Amino acid sequence: MSRKEKKNLTRIIISLVLFAIIMIVDKTIILGNIFFGKFGWVLPFSLYLIVYLIIGYDVLWRAIRNIFHGQVFDENFLMCIATLGAFALAIYLGVTGEEIEGFDEACAVLLFYQVGEFFQGYATRRSRKSISALMDIRPDYANLKKNDTFVKVDPSDVKVKDIILVNPGEKIPLDGIVVKGNTTLDTKALTGESLPKDISVHDDVISGCINLTSQIEVEVTKEFYDSTVYKILDLVENAASQKSKAENFITKFAKYYTPIVVFIALALGIIPSLITNEWSVWIYRALSFLVVSCPCALVISIPLSFFAGIGASSRYGILVKGSNYLEKFNKANIFVFDKTGTLTKGNFVVTKVLPAEKKNEILALAAIAEQNSNHPIAKSIINACCVQDIESGYTLTNIAGQGVVATKDNDVILCGNEKLMKEKAIDFTPTSELGTVMYIAKNNQFVGTIIIEDELKDETITVIQSLNNMKAKTIMLTGDNEEIAKKVATQVGLTSYKASLLPQNKVAEVERLLSEKKNKEVLCFVGDGINDAPVLMRSDIGIAMGAVGSDAAIEASDIVLMQDDLQGLSIAKMIAKKTMHIVFQNIIFSIIVKVIILILSAFGITNMWFAVFGDVGVSVIAIFNAMRVNSKYKLVDNKK
Amino acid sequence: MKKIYQLEDLDCANCAAKMERAVAKIEGVSSVNISFMAQKMTLEVEDSMFDEILKKVVKTCKKIEPDCTIVL
Repeated sequence: MSRKEKKNLTRIIISLVLFAIIMIVDKTIILGNIFFGKFGWVLPFSLYLIVYLIIGYDVLWRAIRNIFHGQVFDENFLMCIATLGAFALAIYLGVTGEEIEGFDEACAVLLFYQVGEFFQGYATRRSRKSISALMDIRPDYANLKKNDTFVKVDPSDVKVKDIILVNPGEKIPLDGIVVKGNTTLDTKALTGESLPKDISVHDDVISGCINLTSQIEVEVTKEFYDSTVYKILDLVENAASQKSKAENFITKFAKYYTPIVVFIALALGIIPSLITNEWSVWIYRALSFLVVSCPCALVISIPLSFFAGIGASSRYGILVKGSNYLEKFNKANIFVFDKTGTLTKGNFVVTKVLPAEKKNEILALAAIAEQNSNHPIAKSIINACCVQDIESGYTLTNIAGQGVVATKDNDVILCGNEKLMKEKAIDFTPTSELGTVMYIAKNNQFVGTIIIEDELKDETITVIQSLNNMKAKTIMLTGDNEEIAKKVATQVGLTSYKASLLPQNKVAEVERLLSEKKNKEVLCFVGDGINDAPVLMRSDIGIAMGAVGSDAAIEASDIVLMQDDLQGLSIAKMIAKKTMHIVFQNIIFSIIVKVIILILSAFGITNMWFAVFGDVGVSVIAIFNAMRVNSKYKLVDNKK
Repeated sequence: MKKIYQLEDLDCANCAAKMERAVAKIEGVSSVNISFMAQKMTLEVEDSMFDEILKKVVKTCKKIEPDCTIVL
């Protein structure tokens, strides 16, 4: 609680106590009857006025000040008119000698208005803080190494190649490589991944992670403004600036709501009075209108809901670049996926060796041929090879588009595709297996076949299924050939796929899908951020995954899944849904309650007390409702 | 030129909306966004008259919500 809040709270408590005392005394001995005659109203009036001034001097002051600034429909001003009007009515009743009442109500309205404002301010501030804390990954300092000692400096003062020390419990301030020590890192704030990560010398570390167990020394590879943590902070801090349609609707609504209610109040105070000549009754009802005329509940709770949604997402390592994307993502029903690296792991593994009984021999031969290559396929063979030492001394010749020929003395090993076998006139058995196929021959004798495939990610099938269950279209774009694409598509359960696409064709394909979709449909493209920046930007919502460290992807996309895990999609979808749900609830709830109170006051069924609830009570309820967005989200297991 | 300013003591969401509308009307302001949640104002202004426009922006905000200060 800030000092200002504490001061306000004391003021509210003092006023409440005073008010209670005066009211109890008033109700028991009736203050208005102490002095008989025409001036009986002066005593209760003065007592209530004291409380009124204690609790409301700031509102009064702001009202006067804002009138001079041309702010007629100012909340403070309307509140003052309503309460001072109520006082005036009570005085009028007192002077005319009808009955002495109404002072307590005028005073109470302002008192409860202040109580409500206090709660509202407190709740907003707290929720804002708790959400901001979630997103706070800013490092405060770095321990820079200078001549064997360490000095605390601002992270932005550290240069590339500098050595920094990170103690247990500290945040890693800049991206770098570990040069000394090994430890465990908590990457939760960054990626939402709850499992700690073990790292040792030569490993890359990303700024924003928390060092858990022991001291490490890190050589800085990126300056602060290029560091992951800065990029993310920049993104998150600007997230709120992209406003959603719901927010724009509310601001528009607020712009017209207040003047309309005020004018109705004016009409209500004058027209029926002229007819019935019951001025005090209708003016009282008009004053109640003024109390409900502030649209604050809506104006606060809607952005707050979105803010909470963005905050909740960031807790799961999902960065949403603006409320509008959260709103749109709720409607997303066409999901276009890149295959490699998105649906699949993007690392190749040997899935089959034929004939199986000669597996070791075949792999050993292939490994000889592929030992110098850096190609992912070659690596997968080396990884699968069970022989510890690969026979060396071979001369390796790469035949582009065919494979490798390895020769040593009289031995010739061929490792490559069909073309190579045909070229060398080997009598081989072609296979119908899908995937990348490598044929191996030694000394003109066919030995066997290796089939290499890209593995599906563990969660792919579940996530695609859950999207299908939501009646979303799932489409895969890939550069692979028709057979492989078809196999993956059926295995995963995709709605459709498009194979043999060159990178530039992906943009064209997405353009085509965009032109085909209906107006209300929303198309998301999900990619790993490598080479697909144009597609990410072109689609309605671009989602990059596993984007830690990839600036281009973070910049091009609208939603970033920090972790290389498709489940982020499901979680983001859940959060988006809940956020929109609550936004809708708040809009409906606030408007309905206000309208009901307006109608009831117009017919004199309710009084000003209720009107105060319609103003601040509704705000506080809407704020608490908005905070529900920031709850825990759990994945529903579809496997059963 | 695009700049982001921190806003202090911005207590009323409706005022934020009002301020945003008023600032947007100032000549030379190409876009403005006031986030009540982040307590920030994102201002995009023509380069040549930046200081002049900024003064007007500060004045306008003061007029609408005197309690709120822009941290320059």
